[in-house]
Amino acid sequence: MWKTVLRRILIMIPQLLILSLLVFVLAKMMPGDPFTGMINPNSDPKTIARLKQEMGLNDAPWVQYCRWLGNLMHGDLGQSYIQKVPVASLIWDRAVNTFWLSLMSVILTYLIAIPMGISAGRHQDGWQDQSIQVFNYITFAIPAFVFYILGLWLFGFTLGWFPISGSVSDTATGFWGIFFSRIYHLILPAILSAIIGTTATVQYLRTGIVDNKVEDYVRTARSKGVPDRVVFNKHILRNSLLPIAAFLGNTITGLLSGSMIIEQVFSYPGMGKLFLDSIGQRDYSTLTALILLFGILTLVGNLLSDIIMSIIDPRIRVQ
Amino acid sequence: MAKDKSSKKDINKTKASLPPSGFKVVVREITHDKIAMVAFSIIVLILLLTFVGSLFLNGKNVTEVNIAEAYYGWGEAGHILGTDDGGRDILQELIVGGRNSILIGISVTLVCEVVGLVVGLVTGYYGGVVDAIIMRVVDFIQILPMMPIIIVLTTTIPNYNAVTLVWLISMFGWTGTARYYRSFVLSQRGRDYVLASKTSGSSDLKVMFREVLPNITSMIIIDVVLTVAGNIGVETSLSFLGYGLPPSTPSLGTLIGFANDPVNVTTRPWLWLPATILLLLISLSINYVGRALQRAGDARQREN
Repeated sequence: MWKTVLRRILIMIPQLLILSLLVFVLAKMMPGDPFTGMINPNSDPKTIARLKQEMGLNDAPWVQYCRWLGNLMHGDLGQSYIQKVPVASLIWDRAVNTFWLSLMSVILTYLIAIPMGISAGRHQDGWQDQSIQVFNYITFAIPAFVFYILGLWLFGFTLGWFPISGSVSDTATGFWGIFFSRIYHLILPAILSAIIGTTATVQYLRTGIVDNKVEDYVRTARSKGVPDRVVFNKHILRNSLLPIAAFLGNTITGLLSGSMIIEQVFSYPGMGKLFLDSIGQRDYSTLTALILLFGILTLVGNLLSDIIMSIIDPRIRVQ
Repeated sequence: MAKDKSSKKDINKTKASLPPSGFKVVVREITHDKIAMVAFSIIVLILLLTFVGSLFLNGKNVTEVNIAEAYYGWGEAGHILGTDDGGRDILQELIVGGRNSILIGISVTLVCEVVGLVVGLVTGYYGGVVDAIIMRVVDFIQILPMMPIIIVLTTTIPNYNAVTLVWLISMFGWTGTARYYRSFVLSQRGRDYVLASKTSGSSDLKVMFREVLPNITSMIIIDVVLTVAGNIGVETSLSFLGYGLPPSTPSLGTLIGFANDPVNVTTRPWLWLPATILLLLISLSINYVGRALQRAGDARQREN
């Protein structure tokens, strides 16, 4: 198994390098340079030209790329052109918010999807299965942002059950006060993104159960006189849950790519919202760092999926 | 020799008649599904409304700003669905925006299907090094953060317009299609009819496009329908965020984007609600028809 994991990590290195090259090219396409954020009306153009020379902005592109990559390795993401603070510190606070929202969404996704998948697979073609199929079709068909807006409109504005924006209330005080305010702000976006994200999990689990039901080992267990409940929980369900575990990496990736939309709709100060704010302000240094981060996180999500898969399914391991 | 040719012709004839019969099964299944027919009628209605409707509208008038008429409510001053912040008629914007969103969805799908089909056929058919290299590229594109990259490019590309957007979305979209067809072609590669055609001396191109391709027509139809729905979703999402179609070109996403302002959500629902409902109708009905086609396609495979 370690061979598979090692090989998988080795594959990631060229992917990371190409990703960084791509992001570098994107960054060069954007207007502005590291000095744009420091220039004020009193700066002397000659000094700026000298500083640019010293910073190596007139060097050959590949020299600049290597230097940029070296800085990245040291955790130096550069300076925000607009906010005039290091990009890394700007991203950190937002990343924490996105992390909590994603974590809550993942937990809720499984809490909703697993019972539904089990119920649909167990009562194949029954009314439970049919209504869950309808639910699945709707969550698959509706564009996520439309679902979020309707949810926000109904539960946030019309019914007033949940806050409509932000990640914490200004009036919250004390550790628990802030803690509960944060949870309260998370609930609606997390539930909505969990519901829209259940489709794949429900479908995989249902198909898994339906397929496993007719396998030989299930028939053997039944004919040995194992009670139905035990056959279902110990044999069928366990085997059907395996692919879901492997899906975790993809779920994380999906949440990241969806973070922009949900954070925009709920004005939630996470990485996706930071990205949209930065593009609105043309803060290209922050944008570059965020794209790189999104890319790396997606790579890690995929890596995670493959590793989990190789742990639970020995058939795909490298010999 | 002459005999050989005629027998080959016969084979071609029976082959050519196969796909339509498969298609017939699909059509038969679909017409028996009442909800699918309702969904199909809704699609036709929406297409008529948006495409024929926009023929009667002057594109310039639709997007012309007239501040004096801003924010009329439902049915005020002859505007059935009211007006937006620039005094533009929402109904007209809805018609033109709906047409634009559907058109973008269809264009992206066309590009993705053509590229994906060719790549899928070539990689699935040849396998080996060609396949390995192209699939690594596909893998790589699929892990790229699509939305952030598209959004950055929309702001940096000079002369950005609707056509550019089609190319940008297609740049990422073809990979899924290519994967989908590749897996199917892989399963066809070892089939008797392919081997027979190869043995009788058909060129690779002929086997791919004349023998394998007709066998996946029903898959293409299903994929086209579902992909159109998906791509309309991508375009409207981007426009909703403000980085899809340029502001001068109405889109359902731009209209729904009015809901980004809390004031509009509570006090001016006419700005965003009609577009939201229209997009919901479009997505739900196209997906339903796609799913019905999928089931029908499965039924066809059962019959084989």
